[in-house]
Amino acid sequence: MFKKLLLTTVLALTLGTGAFAESYKIDTDEGHSAINFSVSHLGFSFVTGRFDKFTGGFEFDAANPEAASLNVEIIIGSINTNHGKRDNHLRSADFFDESNNATASFVSTGIKTTGDKTAVITGDLTIKGITKSVDLNTVFIAEGEDPWGNYRAGFTGATTVKLSDYDMAGPLGDQEVVLTVITEGIRQ
Amino acid sequence: MSYRNTKTGYGSIARLLHWLMAICIFGLFGLGYWMRTLTYYSPYYQSAPDLHQSIGITLFGFLMFRFIWKLANPSPEHAGLTALEHKGSTLLHWGFYALILSVMIAGYFISTLDGRVIHYFSLFDLPSVYTQKGLEKLAGKIHWMLAYLTIALAVLHAGAALWHHFIKKDRVLVSMTKGPIE
Repeated sequence: MFKKLLLTTVLALTLGTGAFAESYKIDTDEGHSAINFSVSHLGFSFVTGRFDKFTGGFEFDAANPEAASLNVEIIIGSINTNHGKRDNHLRSADFFDESNNATASFVSTGIKTTGDKTAVITGDLTIKGITKSVDLNTVFIAEGEDPWGNYRAGFTGATTVKLSDYDMAGPLGDQEVVLTVITEGIRQ
Repeated sequence: MSYRNTKTGYGSIARLLHWLMAICIFGLFGLGYWMRTLTYYSPYYQSAPDLHQSIGITLFGFLMFRFIWKLANPSPEHAGLTALEHKGSTLLHWGFYALILSVMIAGYFISTLDGRVIHYFSLFDLPSVYTQKGLEKLAGKIHWMLAYLTIALAVLHAGAALWHHFIKKDRVLVSMTKGPIE
C-alpha cells in the first residue's frame, strides 16, 4: 500500500514536471548546416564567405522555447571565400590571426521569443579572443522525422557585427559584417 | 582438426578466412548493387552505404591477416596439376589479392577524398589521408569496374574448383572444404 503510494508519487514528480528540453547535435557530418558572412567590398558589392568546419548543438523544446540554448565552435582555419590568397589574408594577423586564435565561439546566454516562430538569442560571440554580446535574430523553421530514423529541427539566425568590434578594422576600415547561420540539428 | 596448413590441405584458420571472405565479397557486391538503386527518401539510404563501408573495412582486416597467415604457413601441394593449371591458378590467386585490395582502396577514397572520415560501425572513425575534391567520380568508376571484375573472377575461380572436383576428381576443392588428410 505504501509502496504503491511511493511509486505513484515518484512517477508524478518525474513525469509531472513538464517537458524536458531535448539535445540536438548540429548536423555538420552530412553538411546540413552553414555559417556564412557578407561584407561590403569597397562599396561596390559584397564579398561572401563561409566557415567550412564548425561543431555545435542546441537544447530546444517547442513547448518551452525560452529555456533553449545554443553553442557553436568555429574552426577559423576553414574560412572559405572562394579565393585562396584572400582566405590566407583573412587568416593572418590583419584579420582573424588564426595561428593565435584557432577557434571562434558563440554561447547563448538568453532567449526571448518575439513571435510564433521567431526569437532573439542573446549570446557571447568570441572572435580573436575578444568576447562581445550579440543578438541573433532567429527563425524556427520546422521539426520532424526524416526518412532515416532521425528527428530534426531547423533554424536560421542572423546578426550584424562591426569589424572594429573584433579588432579587424585595419585593411578594410570599419565595415559591417552580416553573419548568418542556417542550422539543422539531429536530436540525440 | 589442424589449425595450420599441411602439405595435403588447408588448416581450419585458412579455410575459415577463405569462406568468410567469400561471403563478405559476394555480400558486399549484392549490398553495393542494391544500395545504388535507393532514392534519397529510402530509409536505408544512409545505413546501407554505412554498412557497406564498415564490412569493406572488416574485409580489409581479414585480407591483411590472410597475407600474414599465408606467408607463415606451407601451401598445400597438389599433384596432377599441369604446368598451365599451376601457372593459371597462381596468377588468379595473386591477381585476386591485388584486385580486392584495389577495390577496397578505391572505395576508401570515394568517401574520404573530400576530407570526411568513415565511421566504422559505431566504434571508431577512419581518417582521410588524401584530399582532392573532384576525384570522387573517378574513384567511384574504378571501384565499380574492379568490383565487377572481382565477381567475374570469383565465378571463374568457383567454376575451376568445381571442375577440379567433379571432372578431374582431385583434392583441390576438398583441401579447402574439409582440409588436410588427417
